[in-house]
Parts: sequence; C-alpha cells; structure tokens
Amino acid sequence: MRITKHLVQRKISRFDLVKELAVTDFKIKYQGSLLGYAWSLAKPLAMFGVLYLVFTVFVRIGSGIQHYALYLLLGIVMWTYFTDLTNTAMRSVADKGEMMRKVYFPRITIVLSTSISATITLALNLVVVFIFMLLARIPVELTHILFIFVLIEYFILCLGISLLISAFFVKYRDIGHIWEVILQLLFYASAIIYPLTIVPVRYQKFILLSPITQIIQDSRYILVTKETVIPMNVLHFPYIFIPYIIPFVLLAVGMFYFNRAARNFAEEA
Amino acid sequence: MNDAIISVKNLNKTFKVPHEKQDTLKSRAVNIFSKKSYSKNAILKDINFDIKRGEFFGIVGKNGCGKSTLLKIIANIYQPTSGSLSVNGTIAPFLELGVGFNPELTGRENVFLSGIILGMSRKKIESLYDEIVDFAELREFMDQKLKNYSSGMQVRLAFSIAVRAESDVLLIDEVLAVGDAAFQKKCFDYFQKIKESDTTVCFVTHDMGSVLQFCDRALFIDKGEIAGIGKPEKISELYQLENLTTSKNVSKNNIVKSIAVFQENKKEDYILPNEFAELRIDTKIIKNKKFNIGIQIFNEKNIYCFGTNTRSANIDPFNLENGKIIFKFKPQLARGNYYINVTLVSKDNIEILEQHQQAATFRMKADTKVEGVVLLDHKWIIDKA
Repeated sequence: MRITKHLVQRKISRFDLVKELAVTDFKIKYQGSLLGYAWSLAKPLAMFGVLYLVFTVFVRIGSGIQHYALYLLLGIVMWTYFTDLTNTAMRSVADKGEMMRKVYFPRITIVLSTSISATITLALNLVVVFIFMLLARIPVELTHILFIFVLIEYFILCLGISLLISAFFVKYRDIGHIWEVILQLLFYASAIIYPLTIVPVRYQKFILLSPITQIIQDSRYILVTKETVIPMNVLHFPYIFIPYIIPFVLLAVGMFYFNRAARNFAEEA
Repeated sequence: MNDAIISVKNLNKTFKVPHEKQDTLKSRAVNIFSKKSYSKNAILKDINFDIKRGEFFGIVGKNGCGKSTLLKIIANIYQPTSGSLSVNGTIAPFLELGVGFNPELTGRENVFLSGIILGMSRKKIESLYDEIVDFAELREFMDQKLKNYSSGMQVRLAFSIAVRAESDVLLIDEVLAVGDAAFQKKCFDYFQKIKESDTTVCFVTHDMGSVLQFCDRALFIDKGEIAGIGKPEKISELYQLENLTTSKNVSKNNIVKSIAVFQENKKEDYILPNEFAELRIDTKIIKNKKFNIGIQIFNEKNIYCFGTNTRSANIDPFNLENGKIIFKFKPQLARGNYYINVTLVSKDNIEILEQHQQAATFRMKADTKVEGVVLLDHKWIIDKA
C-alpha cells in the first residue's frame, strides 16, 4: 500500500489561514452583545472582586503580600486564559466537522486559530492588569520583558494540551466532563488564589512542579512582587527543569497524536 | 510519457459502522472485554482509473454509489482504506460552494475568509477583490452581513470566489444543482471556458445532459464499483439502462425539465400493473409556441408496446409556463424493463420541437407469470359440465 502525499498542502497559505480563522473567531465571539469584549473581562474581574473580598477581609491570607490585589488579579487573568483556551480549543475540531468534509486544509490550523483568538483576549485582559499596575505605582522595569518568555511558554503548554484533548474529543465526548473536573482540581492545586507561602515548604515543591503554578508564580515574580515563591526558591537541580520542560513535551506529544488522528477527523467529527 | 494528473490504483474505501455506537469512554470501559462489533460497509471497491492532464472528467452514479466519497478521497478529505492515489499537481481543495461562509460576517469579510480557506493568499484576494464583487454583481451589498443575503446572492458570491481559486485540478460536486436559470447559464459559460483552458476538471453529477455537453470522458460507478469508463455517450447509455424506474433529467432543449415515472404505494424499484402510474413531464417557459406531446413505450427487446399523443386524445395544442404534464396510465405490461420516449411536436404537427429517447424507464413486476408483451386482465374458467 502506497499513498502518495498530496501536493495540495503547498497551495495553502497556513499563516493567512490561521490568522483569518483566529480573527473571525474573535469577531464572532464578541458580536451581537452590546458590550462585546467587556463581557469577557467581566468574568475574571467579578471573580477577582469576590476572591479579593474573601481573602483580604474574611480570611486575610493575602494580607502578608505586597500588592496582593494585583497578585490575585494577575493569577486569575492567567488562569482564565488557560480554561478559556483549552475549553474552546477542545470543542473546536469537532465543531468544524461540516467544513472538514467539504474542503481540505491542515486540521491543526483549527486548534491554532482558536488558541490565538483566546490569546488576543488574554492580551486585552493584560492591558487592564497593566493599568492596575500603574495605579498601584509599580515601577516599570527592564526585567518585565521576561514576562514575554513566560507567555510563550504558557502558549506552548496550552496548545499542547489543546491538541491532545481536541483530538480526543472528536472520538470521546466524555473528555468534556473529565476536563471540567481536571480544571477544578488544577485551579485549587495551582496556588492561584492563595499565596504559596501558606503551604508547608515540603509540599511547595510538588505544587511548583506543575507548569501552571510555575508560570503564574513566575509572572507574579516578574511583574508584581519579588515576594512570590518561584521554582528557583524551592526546587533543586535537576528537578528545577521539570515545570519548564513539561510544556514542550506536551506540545510534541500533542502534535504527534493530533496529526495521526487528523487523517480521520472528517469521518469522525 | 505518463500524462496522468490523477491516478487511482486498487483503491478501496470501507466505513466501519459500529453495531452499538460507543462514543463515550464509559461505554468503551464497560465493553472493554467484549469484542468490538463492526459491520464493514464497503463504499468503494477496487477502483482503478487515470485522469489525464487537461481532461474534463465526469463521475456519474446513483445516490449512495460512492461517487462523492471518491471525490473526497481525491481532495484528501477522506483517506483510502487501501490502494493508492497519486496526484501530480495542485488540487483546489473544495467540493462545494460557499465553504467557510459565516452568516454573521459581512460580504467583504466572507470573501476573504472563504478565499483563504480555498487556498488563496490574502494578497491575491485583495488584488482580485473588485473582480470578484463585479462578477457576483453585489457591489452595493458588500458591507451587509451575509445572513441578509438571499440564497441566490450567496451562491453568486460563492461561485465568484470559487472560480478564482486557481489550481491544476478543479473538483466539482453537483454545483449546478443550485441557482436560478440565469446563474446556471453563467456556470455553463464558465465551464465552457475552463474546458478550453488546460485545467483538469473532475466533475461529479447525475445530470447526463451536462456530462454529454462538457465531459471528455466519464466514469460510471455503481454500488461502489466501476461499471463503465469511456466516452460520455457510452457512459450515458449505460447509465440510462442501469437507472431504472428512477427519475431523470433531460435537458437537451429548453422545454422539458424532467421526465419521471411515479406510482403511489410503490415498493422497491418496480411498479405494479393494476394500479395507476403517472408519467410526469415538467416543463419550462415556452414562448408563444403551442405544441402536441406524444409518448411511446418500448420494452427491453425494443418492441414498440404502446403509443399515444395529445392530438389523438382530442386535446388542442397548448403551451404552459413552468407547468406539468401528467400522463396517467394503468401499466398492464408483462414483467421486465420499459423505456418511454417523449416527443414534442409543433401545433401543425410538422416540426419536432424536442425528442427524448429513453427519457424515463420503469420496471414491471407482474403478479403472475405471463409471457409476451402485455398483461391482459385474465382468468381461467374450466367448465367440466
């Protein structure tokens, strides 16, 4: 059996396709509602408001941290990105079944474009965070540029996971429910709402092995306060590399699995 | 020299149909030890053919025969189960018009979205934008949302984009089924144009008229197997013979749109002799031309079984606009296949306006075993007295 590869791939400008799909996705998401994008900001802001009240007035676990409000807000904005991206990307391939049966295009562009669309929302939300930073009189430093590398790592992590679960979702719709549970677990396990310092030191290591915790803690360290516990404080060689390597491993596995499964998407989705 | 642009060898396609649909992990987990039960549905069986560069190639067959699946495999949408397919050039990757259209976006935005999905670059679409809009005759609507377009406008826009997606091979799946007469003419004009260019076209349809008009060669698929390949005239003949009791379009001239045999309570693919059947002839606009219509029924041995016309029924010559002529008859015929010829004659009975040979077919199933041509109402009476 020999199946010659189509030359059709050559004809498709992937970059244009990803860009166009992402922009369309973003436009459609915020069309038809009066405040459009403002609604997507309302969700993390409302969550932030409630949590801020709970943790500074009722439970007071955040009082030890400088700029705790920002610390919390950044964490929530970053976490919202993760849930947003993975949830929409998971369903994206299955939703495009009709289109996939009518035209050939590289299937990976579907996941890429929804991921980019979610990233546009993150960028807008981060603008709000930066405004709060200015209001809190946090001085702009050169080291803030490092945040871009953290974002790239985050995108790679989210994309890798999305490739895996979106391909899974085409076959097994159950992954939708399972992913909801996993997200809930990750939310509490990732030190988003509480400072890592309230966790006993011997457990901090384990929590920081998760790239999500590492990414959020590193962001806080870079942008908000140097009091944030980051992997460098608690993890030692070679374990320190684990959270930074996981996203790349997930991306490689995700790409491999997705491309293998993609051959049958048109029939299964 | 091998001038095949597409060559298909020993191609098979099987769809697995699970007996009990297991699309949740739970049902998978519960049934993990029970043997998976699939029934394999072979859609395409051992397909072999080549399409030459520059050829206008038709693929015909009944609904569900596998012709669209074959086109999807050529377009790289489906993967063959076994066998090989090689394509020696670029393929327009779409099969239908308006792929990727989003009703919530404006016409302008949709031109770009759809164009890019069809494989054009943004830059190229920008340079072709005016041409696309003018061809579709939709300039003043481009800033409106697509959902406010009529279906005809959407088709015009889609077609206008699709014809500009240049590639060596164009795949077309029943495009002509949409749009009004004026638009269809535009499609045909375009087909004529690409027929003259060196673009290869692979065209799936069940309209024999357009196969005869455009195709250099055609492939006839029946139940997933190649039933014939060759000149359109030969394939057309094969197809008509094969296509029994099903309706069929005839479009040699401009009057008759379709001719088909119907019978109420029809079961399976034959009609019953003791119930009325209808031969329905749909017609298009006829300008100031009154005519008579006649039919002839032949059996498979080409024996002329029955014939009549409107004149002998004392019906005055008539004309109608987008009308329907129904010939109601009790098909008291012996078992076998029959063909109906339909002839339209001018009111003075001199000029033949249109003639449709084997325009419709039907299959008789006799209740009793009789021989000969007709099924006479009969019974035996044995009087022993």
